[in-house]
Amino acid sequence: MTSLSTQVGALARRSMLKTLRQPFQMFPIVFFPLILLAVNASGLRAATRLPGFPTSSYISFAIAVAFIQGGMFSLINTGTNLAEDIESGFFHRLALTPLRRVSLIAGLLVGVAALGALQSAVYILMGVVAGAHLDAGVAGVPVILVLGSLTALGFGALGCAAALRTGSGEAVQGLFPLFFVFIFLSSSNLPRQLLRTGWFHTVATWNPISYLIEGFRSLYIFGWDPTALWRGFAVAIGLTAVSLLAVAVTMRGRLQRT
Amino acid sequence: MSPAPASTFGSGTGSGATSAPGGHSAAATSGGGLWRVALTIAWRGLHTYVRRPDLFVPSLVFPLVFLASFAGGLSALGSVPGFHFPAGYTAFQFVFVLCQSAVFAGLFTGFTLAFDFESGFARRLMLAAEDRRGIALGYALVALSRAAITLSVVTAVALATGMRVTGDGIDLVGLYGLAALLVLVGYGWAAGVAFRFRSIQAGPLMQTPMFLILFLAPVYVPLGLLRGWIHAVASVNPATSFLDAGRGLISGVHDHTGLAFACAAGLIVLFTIWLLSGLRSAETSP
Repeated sequence: MTSLSTQVGALARRSMLKTLRQPFQMFPIVFFPLILLAVNASGLRAATRLPGFPTSSYISFAIAVAFIQGGMFSLINTGTNLAEDIESGFFHRLALTPLRRVSLIAGLLVGVAALGALQSAVYILMGVVAGAHLDAGVAGVPVILVLGSLTALGFGALGCAAALRTGSGEAVQGLFPLFFVFIFLSSSNLPRQLLRTGWFHTVATWNPISYLIEGFRSLYIFGWDPTALWRGFAVAIGLTAVSLLAVAVTMRGRLQRT
Repeated sequence: MSPAPASTFGSGTGSGATSAPGGHSAAATSGGGLWRVALTIAWRGLHTYVRRPDLFVPSLVFPLVFLASFAGGLSALGSVPGFHFPAGYTAFQFVFVLCQSAVFAGLFTGFTLAFDFESGFARRLMLAAEDRRGIALGYALVALSRAAITLSVVTAVALATGMRVTGDGIDLVGLYGLAALLVLVGYGWAAGVAFRFRSIQAGPLMQTPMFLILFLAPVYVPLGLLRGWIHAVASVNPATSFLDAGRGLISGVHDHTGLAFACAAGLIVLFTIWLLSGLRSAETSP
């Protein structure tokens, strides 16, 4: 029997290749957040003229949202891929092999985390090209890559849990708009102190996505802000922990049904 | 098709199967067949829509989320130097949400048509319909009725949350008239795609161009406050005239109203040709 790391490595490689080889999966991950960034950064540039806006570059402010959107596309792609494997019977055949149970999902999630780092690198690069200024400097890059990877892992695991629970790619796709609402009702477009509508300010303050966005954003516009960073990492780690717990529970249910 | 009387779709395989390209037989040229088919499809479409929460709920929730997010989350933009809109920022954003909801009601009906092709229902419909143009017209009526529900709810919520309307009654008739034309613009494009591809996988092709056109307009602030490439693009984007006209109508300070109606009418003519040629493509496909 091969070692756990070999099993996880093989399945992680498969997971990455499955996404990288399908342009219709890569397009939303790479281009959709960048298109939205281009449109929003141009359309909302006037916001930098508001008193109290923390930077004169809206693109530096807004690029953080791309990392979260990329993470949410990981949820859809990972969940859909796993649901396809369940629908086609591949997952069940895999479960009948001597492969360790933990490898079944760990391989997939390692692939997701690696893709998360890769997509974050693309956003950083495109941000630089578009004129975003990384105030934290080069040292901020690995922090963004780690946070991007963790975010993708958290959302990807949530996609896995949904796929294991429902076994349907369509149902997983149906989750996307729900999670998009979390981005809309956050501090994605304006800093929280400039959200003047009372209820919206309250919702954005309670919405964990605000803190995730602010974690990425702080590196771009404030340099090293420990409070924003620990909150961002806390949300990413919390999301990952909750998602992995959901994966463990749904996995047990799925394999029992098998 | 339980509500459809036998006469709605002609007799047996006759007219639908043997008609000339375009699908209308001599008997149907009076227009009676066209409307019978259209009204039956419209009834079925609306019936399905209101009975299926998976269709009904998202079409209501998304415009409301956009309204909440843009009007609520970006209200500070109303105090950007140079921003003057008499009816306030909620009304400013409401017009965008109204236009977007109208276009998307049309697009989602295109999705329904594509899904009906995938399930085989639309093919059977094409065999049975007395006048196949009635199919296109019927789905257009579905789009309009879906939009009527969505726009009523969005308007009610916007008014309940304090949106100010400073335009008069005639202006509002103009605003909702423009929205109705935008439903047909969205539907014309999406149905043309659906008739050609006959698969829900063409969904992104229906949605993405319209999404981009809408967002490459002055969504958050007026055109005068946009700078750089987005200003150049928005200046020639027909969606800018829709938003300007809509905002003019809701505030009573008219802006590009004639241009917006002309653009919408022009796009409807263009997309009707696109849609009917798509219908012909569906008729001739194996």
